[in-house]
Amino acid sequence: MPEEQVRIAREGSGTVIVAPRGDVDMSCSPVLRTALRGEQDRRPRRLIVDLADVGYMDSSGLATLVEAMRTAKRNGTHMVLCGMNDKVRAIFEIARLHQFFTIVEDLSKAREG
Amino acid sequence: MDDRAHIRVELLSNPAYLSGARELISSVCKRLGFDDLTCSKVALAVDEALCNVIRHGYKHSEDRPIWISLWPLSNEAGQPDGVKLVIEDEAEQVDPEKMKGRELTDIRPGGLGVHIIRDVMDDVRYERREQVGMRLTMIKRVPRCCTPARLSGGMAADRGG
Repeated sequence: MPEEQVRIAREGSGTVIVAPRGDVDMSCSPVLRTALRGEQDRRPRRLIVDLADVGYMDSSGLATLVEAMRTAKRNGTHMVLCGMNDKVRAIFEIARLHQFFTIVEDLSKAREG
Repeated sequence: MDDRAHIRVELLSNPAYLSGARELISSVCKRLGFDDLTCSKVALAVDEALCNVIRHGYKHSEDRPIWISLWPLSNEAGQPDGVKLVIEDEAEQVDPEKMKGRELTDIRPGGLGVHIIRDVMDDVRYERREQVGMRLTMIKRVPRCCTPARLSGGMAADRGG
């Protein structure tokens, strides 16, 4: 996951969308972690992580998102995950983390939330 | 039928090669009759096992060997019904009894790999190798409803130990 593989869009009203592409595994999750930390330093009101273009995620990706969620809670940022496919959703369920995160179907619903 | 692995791959402990290992395992599991989601989960279990070796066994050193071996499994009637995967390394040996996942109620980054492996696979066994390193043996059975005819080409082996 080269750096250009994490798209970042800052929208009005303090919303930022972080959208990784490809596989989020041990070799690639540091790039996502860096992107999330950079955006969280800006203290957005809402952080949307759009996983629509992620085909695979392992526990290093999960750990990256758990870390981001903890930071978001500390900063008062509303963090939402969206767009995950069945294979990505499965690892959240195996780790019982699907209840820890706010997960919605797609980006439009994430913007509404 | 001898007990040689049908596939045996040696790779270096470089995270860049994880995706190749996943592709291999997933595509072979597909041929062995697993559905797409289960193929992905078995590949995830192998990925997590490799990550644990790289992270904890080899302390992120990228030039150490890891071996992946695979056997198709069959039931008493000779019908294909699963896969056995073995991951071996030359890392420092640890007490197999300590290879347990952490409590999931303790929500924090990291420490999920062993839990994921045990959740996904039907049988998981850690042991010390004879001379050096650790061996992880994992078995996944094809759900009865999914047992395919696509192994009729003779890919299925005996239980393989």
